Amino acid sequence: MSTPTTHEAAAFAGAALALGDDALVLSQRLGEWAGAAPVLEEEVALANIALDLLGQARVLLSLAGDEDELAFLREERSFRNVQLVEQPNGDFAHTIARQLYFSTYQRLLYGQLAAGDGPFSGLAAKAVKEVAYHQDHAEHWTLRLGDGTAESHDRMQRACDALWRYTGELFQPVDGLDLDHEALESAWLASVTDVLGRATITLPSGPRTGAWAAGAGRQGLHTESFGRMLAEMQHLHRSHPGATW
Amino acid sequence: MTAVTAGTAESTGAPGGSDAAVAAEQAAYEAVFDAAVAADERIEPRDWMPEAYRASLVRQIAQHAHSEIIGMQPEANWITRAPSLRRKAILMAKVQDEAGHGLYLYSAAETLGTSRDELLDKLHSGRQKYSSIFNYPTLTWADVGAIGWLVDGAAITNQVPLCRCSYGPYARAMVRVCKEESFHQRQGYEALLALSRGTEAQHAMAQDAVDRWWWPSLMMFGPPDAESTHTAQAMAWKIKRHSNDELRQRFVDIAVPQAEALGLTLPDPDLRWNEERGHYDFGPIDWTEFWDVLKGNGPCNDQRLSKRRQAHEDGAWVREAAAAYAEKHTGTHGEAQA
Amino acid sequence: MTSDGWPLWEVFVRSRRGLSHTHAGSLHAPDAEMALRNARDLYTRRSEGVSIWVVPSTAITASSPDEKDPFFEPAADKPYRHPTFYEIPEGVKHL
Repeated sequence: MSTPTTHEAAAFAGAALALGDDALVLSQRLGEWAGAAPVLEEEVALANIALDLLGQARVLLSLAGDEDELAFLREERSFRNVQLVEQPNGDFAHTIARQLYFSTYQRLLYGQLAAGDGPFSGLAAKAVKEVAYHQDHAEHWTLRLGDGTAESHDRMQRACDALWRYTGELFQPVDGLDLDHEALESAWLASVTDVLGRATITLPSGPRTGAWAAGAGRQGLHTESFGRMLAEMQHLHRSHPGATW
Repeated sequence: MTAVTAGTAESTGAPGGSDAAVAAEQAAYEAVFDAAVAADERIEPRDWMPEAYRASLVRQIAQHAHSEIIGMQPEANWITRAPSLRRKAILMAKVQDEAGHGLYLYSAAETLGTSRDELLDKLHSGRQKYSSIFNYPTLTWADVGAIGWLVDGAAITNQVPLCRCSYGPYARAMVRVCKEESFHQRQGYEALLALSRGTEAQHAMAQDAVDRWWWPSLMMFGPPDAESTHTAQAMAWKIKRHSNDELRQRFVDIAVPQAEALGLTLPDPDLRWNEERGHYDFGPIDWTEFWDVLKGNGPCNDQRLSKRRQAHEDGAWVREAAAAYAEKHTGTHGEAQA
Repeated sequence: MTSDGWPLWEVFVRSRRGLSHTHAGSLHAPDAEMALRNARDLYTRRSEGVSIWVVPSTAITASSPDEKDPFFEPAADKPYRHPTFYEIPEGVKHL
């Protein structure tokens, strides 16, 4: 076995961080639903997804360093998650639209990684089963909200439109991940188009990125609500430097 | 199954009989029911049961279910702020369990002919209670540990005997709940231990939490036996197996050595081993506080209920949407063909 | 019995291969697909099962539509199943 070059090692850690941050941040957002879900059965479902994601985050962050140091002691600009996952929960439709966009991406991404022989293939093989279920959950709810009542249809349409602009970032190349980004994007678009179509939701047509050349989440540029989310997540840990819990 | 005596059975033979016959029939049902309870058999949903037994069960199971879902709030309060990812995962799983336990219990209540909607309505309008313990706030992270150790500890002491409750669906729900809850108390204890052995500030945080949660935990067993209105009948029906005071004593006896192992003190100067009784003596409980909180004047009564109501109202359009979708896409009730 | 128009479903779980599905409990869901998923989340989150059935509660036909039956059936019409039905001469033991 050849020793990985410094660049390879850094790229591996960077990729683990990007995927780990995605999972951590979405799990944190889903955790905010606890006690406030629309129906008890959904409390259990959302918590299951949040727990799967948190499990993924812990494995991935541990590949890049100490999970708690990374989660609790980094500043906003050092997080590498896509902006989509940090978007506030909004109403249930927004949460479901975010889930649909992200879980579809994650399923395809881990599918590709699991099929390859890169350093993430073992981890991806386990994760792909979890995220397939997340996508199934999002799809079933998208259908029910989109094709439910007039009110739910409007809410679902608004949510899909509002989050659309954060979907372009999903297909930016990530150093250290050996992916066919074009295939990823076209498969994602086909899947989302199909689900939204069956849900009687019009495929959003707006831009799929923020018009800011500096970049987005993968470059450490986040949206305003993210800082507040981190402040809440990190304050206790940071208040007791060096403590063990 | 215990057979009724031949004489009683004959008197119920004529359909649509006189008032006397109806009364005799009633007495016969009651005798069968009493015999089944006495023989430690389980009563099942379709069995005849006295209306008061049914009402008492609905009241108790509903209160129990409500406690599970209101009880999510004080702990969910710390999910987003948990100080390590390991603790965050544990807490999320625990709060999720509580939602699950609420579901098992509402299911058990529904076997008695009361819908979950009806029960939630009663919770939301304040006509049914939940455990008063959840009207206390979780002010620091250590409160999560104290809830696990003391509140869940007290709950388990209460719940283990319920696994043998005379009503089958409730007993079965409790078996599942108790099995799943075994980790709840341990994680709380472990979290407190980490704090107690941690920095000075962490230790102080743990002690403060135990100081605040100890007495309310003792109140969880309900008023003293002499003042408990429901205990005697509930015990006769084997819905309840031990009296409030008995269970409270059992809990204190278990908790005292656990506190010592934690390196934390319990806020009761009268707490000492009584050689003669073979139990720990403990100081008087402030029942004024208990009744005050029960009446709605606790620190969080309004907050807990309004958050619950809000979640229910905010979710109404989602529940309606799913029902409407099912209506559109199903031939008969239920079979979705999406 | 519905909750906001969500019917009640009975859940049956096969805990492992070789065993039959047994009743685990019930839940509310708008339709069969969601009922299956809710059942998976609720009744198998500790790997308690390898297969799940969900059945609308209303689709279950019970053996005793009259809830009084189970208690009374043995006494009311099959007393011969009970030992006390038979007269035994006094003094005969171990019967």
